[in-house]
Order: sequence, then structure tokens, then C-alpha cells
Amino acid sequence: MSGYQTGVLIILCFNIMAAYAVYLPLVAGQLNLGIAGFMAIGAYTAAYLTNEMGWSLVSAIPAGGLAAGGLALLVAVPILRTHGIYLALATFALGQVISAVFLNLEVVGAAAGYPVSTYASPLAVFSVTAAIVLFVVGLSQTRFTLYLTAIKNDRLVADLLGLKVWGLQVAAFTLGAAIAGIGGGLYAHHFSFIEAQHFSVQLSIYTVLYVLLGGTQTVWGPLVGALFFSLVPELLRAGEAWRYVIFAALIVAFMAVRPQGLVTSTALRGIGRLFGRKPAAPGAQP
Amino acid sequence: MSAKAPLLALDNVSKSFGGLRVIRELSFSVARGQTVGLIGPNGAGKTTAFNMVSGVFRPDDGTVSFDGRDITNMASRRRIGLGIARSFQNVRLMQHLTVWENLLVGQHVRASGLLNLLTPFRLIPNHRWRREVVAALDEMGLGGYADATVSELPYGIRKRIDLVRATLAGASLLMLDEPAAGLNPVETQALTAHLEALKARGITLLIVEHDMHFVDKICDHVVVLNFGSKIAEGPLSVVQHDAVVRTAYLGAEQAA
Repeated sequence: MSGYQTGVLIILCFNIMAAYAVYLPLVAGQLNLGIAGFMAIGAYTAAYLTNEMGWSLVSAIPAGGLAAGGLALLVAVPILRTHGIYLALATFALGQVISAVFLNLEVVGAAAGYPVSTYASPLAVFSVTAAIVLFVVGLSQTRFTLYLTAIKNDRLVADLLGLKVWGLQVAAFTLGAAIAGIGGGLYAHHFSFIEAQHFSVQLSIYTVLYVLLGGTQTVWGPLVGALFFSLVPELLRAGEAWRYVIFAALIVAFMAVRPQGLVTSTALRGIGRLFGRKPAAPGAQP
Repeated sequence: MSAKAPLLALDNVSKSFGGLRVIRELSFSVARGQTVGLIGPNGAGKTTAFNMVSGVFRPDDGTVSFDGRDITNMASRRRIGLGIARSFQNVRLMQHLTVWENLLVGQHVRASGLLNLLTPFRLIPNHRWRREVVAALDEMGLGGYADATVSELPYGIRKRIDLVRATLAGASLLMLDEPAAGLNPVETQALTAHLEALKARGITLLIVEHDMHFVDKICDHVVVLNFGSKIAEGPLSVVQHDAVVRTAYLGAEQAA
């Protein structure tokens, strides 16, 4: 594999991890626009632990995930009381606050950025991404993901059918943040340098964009969205400076034609039938 | 609990929204195995009464008890575990999912706990949860719809799927908000048969309905509300001739 190809694959991996971090709460109808903030928590925590405390990658990166998940759990109480656009704004603001804190935090380099000495190889990035995809796909085969869909569909009905709406929403938000934290920790150690600007609002917004582009009805939507978002600009390189214009136009066109996303559960069931599988086979999940 | 104690009892229940008293000192009870119709003009407070039994709203005053137990302030989520199930006026299923996936949510009360929540049961072909759901559909003659997408089904079928979901948790009381609204005569007939099958299982029904032919066919007893108060109660054939009820429905002039 050439260095260029590896580079593109690495970007794809980070995009996939961010996509699933956004996807989990979104299944329950919660838009987290501060995902970059949770990645920053994971990145700085893991980097600090390897740099200053001498931790190994194997323990530092999960610790980054735990820190991001822990923060999500702490802020879930005030933040998840809000819904819809207010929840989006609250998470957006949280992402900004986190980024601003790291910009001023001397112990991790503040505005000068923070070099990271331990290196995570491409293989490490690939394997952790694969593990996260497996985890989320596995989760989609359980009642957990189905219940999140039920909550998004109709909170009141979900509650009257006995679901712990609040607990499930907090769990989805926290799990998503933990995945972002793990992604952030790997990012820091793969690129060997982090600064607050890496975890900007643009990253949060792009991630939400390609998750919606892929579709949130099935677990494959975010994967397809991340693939599209990571690979299409590369394929459009021939278009030189115009490639991002073409790319943006493509996204607008897709959103207009298919607002429910590229991958839907009905489409997956149709594909399942084509290949002679039973319609309710595991390919089709909420 | 003695067998004679009512399954559901509202005692002096009142509820206001802002300054508007929607329910005024309402008392009525539903015996086990009975089918009770809750009727009255639009805005009489029928749906509000439903919402207080299912826990969507708490009464300002009075008590709601179920199976001899005071549930006035019990969390809405816990009531299905006691056996209180409910369907809504407009069918509220997950449209883009299949029928059996929708019904899985109705099973929740009997498959709760962290282990059940996290079992990747879809990887297991013909898992017992699926078999149970398909069996429940079969009992109502709906077995062929298990793998159909809800949005592709006719309204009458969706309505009955909603009933199957509501009763999967082992309901002893099923509350139905205008079940016959929007159904054609054939669909109404299928719904009636479905409800008769539930009655035969011993399920108690409380039904808000405007279609009096339907009420006449299915209910043993009706409670008539007007402006949040109970104005009459008894078999429909008797209540229909009650002067107060006729006034409420037709307006004072015609009744006079």
C-alpha cells in the first residue's frame, strides 16, 4: 500500500469513529454538535497519560474514552433536558468551551499545541476502528438500538411501553462520547501532535453532515456516509480547485433527492430479498 | 384483592389546564372483564381521563386506583408492568420498521434487564422473542404481516398491529382511544372480532368512541361525560334515552 493510500485510509478510519460517535445518540433523536469537544478530551487525556505519566497506549487510549464518556455522563443531566435545536446548540456550545479550555491549558501546551511522543501505527488505527464498527454493529442486533429508535419515533409511546427513556438516552449519548474519546486518543498518537484547532466546530458539523448523508435508519448509514465523505474528494482531485465545489453540490443534490439518507432500512430489506435472504435477516436493523 | 373489587377506579378526580377545569370530580369504576365505553361530546374530557389513568398527566385532586392499588402518582413507565396498556387515536408505530420489530418493543416488560437489553438476538435465527411475536400475530390472523414494513400496510391492519403491541406485555386493562375512527366497515368488523378475542381472554376494555353502533356492539356499560363531569352511566340502551344525555349531545333546543 502506498503512503497516499494509507493516508486516505487513516482519514477514513477517524471519520468512521467520529461518525459512530454521532450516530448512537442520533438514533435516539439527539443531535450532538459537540463531538469534536469529546474527541479533544480523549486526545488530550490519552496524550497526557503517555507523555507525562508513562502509560502505555493500551491503557491510555481507553482512559481517553472513559474521560470523554465520563464528561458526557456529567453533562447529560443539564444538556439532555433540552431537545431538538436547543440540544444541538447546547452540545455545540459545550464543544466550543472544551476547545477554548485546551487552548488555554498550559500543562498541555495551550495555544502552542502539544507534541505526543508515543506513536500509534496505522495497524493500530485500523484495528481499533474495526473493533468499534463491530461493537456498534453488534449493538444494532440488540434491543438497545431498537429502543433508541423507538424513543426517537415517539417518546411518549416508548415511555408507556415501559422503556426507561431517560436512561437509554443518557447511555447512547455517553457511549457516543466514549467512542469519540477513543478516536481522539488514537488521533493524538498517530499524528504525534495535537492543538485545540484540530477539534474545531467544523469537524463536529462535517461529521453530523456525513452521518445524515449516509442515513441513521440503519447501522450501515454512517459507514457509507464516512466512505463517501472521505473518498469522493480524493476521486475528484482531477477537478483541481473546483473539487470541493463539486463535492458540496453533490451533497446538496443527495440531500434533496434522499433526505432520509443514502442507506434506509427498506432499501436494505430489498437488497436482502434480492439475495434470497429472509427479509428479517440480520442485515436489516433500525 | 377480592374478585369483586373493581379493576380500575377513579375517585373524585379533577384536573385543570391553566384556568380551565377539564375534569371535575369524576368518579367511575371498571370491573374486571367488563367492557366500558367512555362517551360524550368533543371536549368532554375523555382523552384527559385516559391520560390520567396511563400517567401522562397527574390529577390535581382525587385518586386513581388499579387492582386495589393507588396509582395516582405512579410513574407512567411503570404502569404497563401492572397491566395497564393503551392505544392512541392515531396509530403510533415505527413506520420504517417491520411489524415484528415494532412488536419487540411491546415485549419489553417481559424482557427487561441489562442482559436482555444487550443480547444480540437478531444474530440468532428464529430467536424465541421472534417466535413469540409471530405467535401473537398468528392468534389474531395477522401472522402473514410479521415481515412487512409498517408504512406499506393499510390503516386497518396497522391499527390491529398497534393492539397486538399494546397487549403483548400481558395487559389486564386495555384502553382504546377511538379505535374505529377512520376504518371502513370491513376493517371495523375485523377490529370488532379482534376485540372480542381479547375479551374472551379476560382482558378488560375501556374505550373512547364516537361510533355508537360500534359502542353498542362491543360495550356492556357506558359512562357519559360532558364538560368534565359524569352525567350518566349504565347500559347504552338506557343511557341513550336519558334526557340529560340527549341535551348534551343534541343541544337543549332539539331535546326540548
